[in-house]
Amino acid sequence: MSWLSKLFSKLFAKWLPNESSSWQWFYRLGSPKWFYRRSGQWLPWLSLAALLVLATGLVWGLAFAPEDAKQGNSFRIIYIHVPAAFLAQSGYFIMAIAGAIGLIWKMKISYMVMKAAAPIGAVLTFVALFTGAVWGKPTWGAYWVWDARITSMLILLFLYAGVMALQYAYHSIDAASKASAILALVGTVNIPIINKSVDWWYTLHQPATIKLTSAPSMHMDMFMPLLVMIVGFYLFYGVALILHTRNEILRRERKTSWVRELVNAKAGL
Amino acid sequence: MHPLRKQRLQLVILLVASAALVIGLVIYMLRENGNFFYTPAQIISGEAPQNTFLRAGGMVVDASVLRSEDSLWVQFKITDGVEMLTIEHTGILPDLFAEGEAAIASGKVDENLVLQATQILAKHDEKYTPPEVADAMNEAYKQKEAAKTGSYK
Repeated sequence: MSWLSKLFSKLFAKWLPNESSSWQWFYRLGSPKWFYRRSGQWLPWLSLAALLVLATGLVWGLAFAPEDAKQGNSFRIIYIHVPAAFLAQSGYFIMAIAGAIGLIWKMKISYMVMKAAAPIGAVLTFVALFTGAVWGKPTWGAYWVWDARITSMLILLFLYAGVMALQYAYHSIDAASKASAILALVGTVNIPIINKSVDWWYTLHQPATIKLTSAPSMHMDMFMPLLVMIVGFYLFYGVALILHTRNEILRRERKTSWVRELVNAKAGL
Repeated sequence: MHPLRKQRLQLVILLVASAALVIGLVIYMLRENGNFFYTPAQIISGEAPQNTFLRAGGMVVDASVLRSEDSLWVQFKITDGVEMLTIEHTGILPDLFAEGEAAIASGKVDENLVLQATQILAKHDEKYTPPEVADAMNEAYKQKEAAKTGSYK
């Protein structure tokens, strides 16, 4: 392995400074106490922003965007379906990266973020699958088909479920975290498959409407509220992840003095 | 970076890379089998499996839809731009089924190379347009076509 490590340190020397230097913010972020205090300050603002953006996007998309020439009003499910599917996949990356940071740096907080991300991602994946089925019946003529896109999305749901199950499969938090992190990392391979499935195979599901490299194949009056909804879902995801992580911090750090003080202060003792 | 952490980082990268390699090989093996439907060209050339249940997908050919007057029987042709395949079906078609739109039929191909479908699905494209814009585009297209043939009044 030594040749590999030499090659590696040469390639990444720029991004891997010594710990004494500029990595301090990173380690501070890793302290549950610091994160709990800070996130408590962010939370009201983030929640307010999420609420405003989601409300704007929903009213705009459901009431003011024009209907589709072919699908009529049923296309409006896109304002939930696409953002949920987006965040189901982004959330998986967040979970896997948190797992990787936990494995490498043994940072407590990152394992907590990983654990918190799993149920949120699972719910978002379910929402994407469910809204897709509801839309599929009137549009395609079937609730469910086993094409590459829908099947790979179902596998994503199972991966989330696997990470959640592994959390409860071990008595030791450390063993549970390691096992979940490994599954989460292996599962990342599925994300590009979901993304590219509609290009690699003939599928019933249509190809992507929003592309990074070209204009969306959607009228601007319909696309703008969708963009607002996607931003809103990201904000909402941030709120949900912070809330879940704070919960996990309190649960795992319940024996520390700072959590006891916090609880006593809340209880008025 | 601490040598221990560096080693663990390498292990993580190795894990993801080997998982990607394994899944990549599986997908490479599955290539064709991952397809939801066959194209008319694949079916006519005999590339698709014969005498078995399959799905065929393509664009519904303009003016090819024939309906029975006293039953739900319908016949139409789909094309992939290379070959055409005739499809027969008895049942209700999805709302978005239309000439010039994509459809997927599942069933068996009989000896006359006609697919006797048990289910028809409409395939939607990734484009979304408000009705007025769609009308305007259709109108502009018609005018252009008419100007080409010189029959526009």
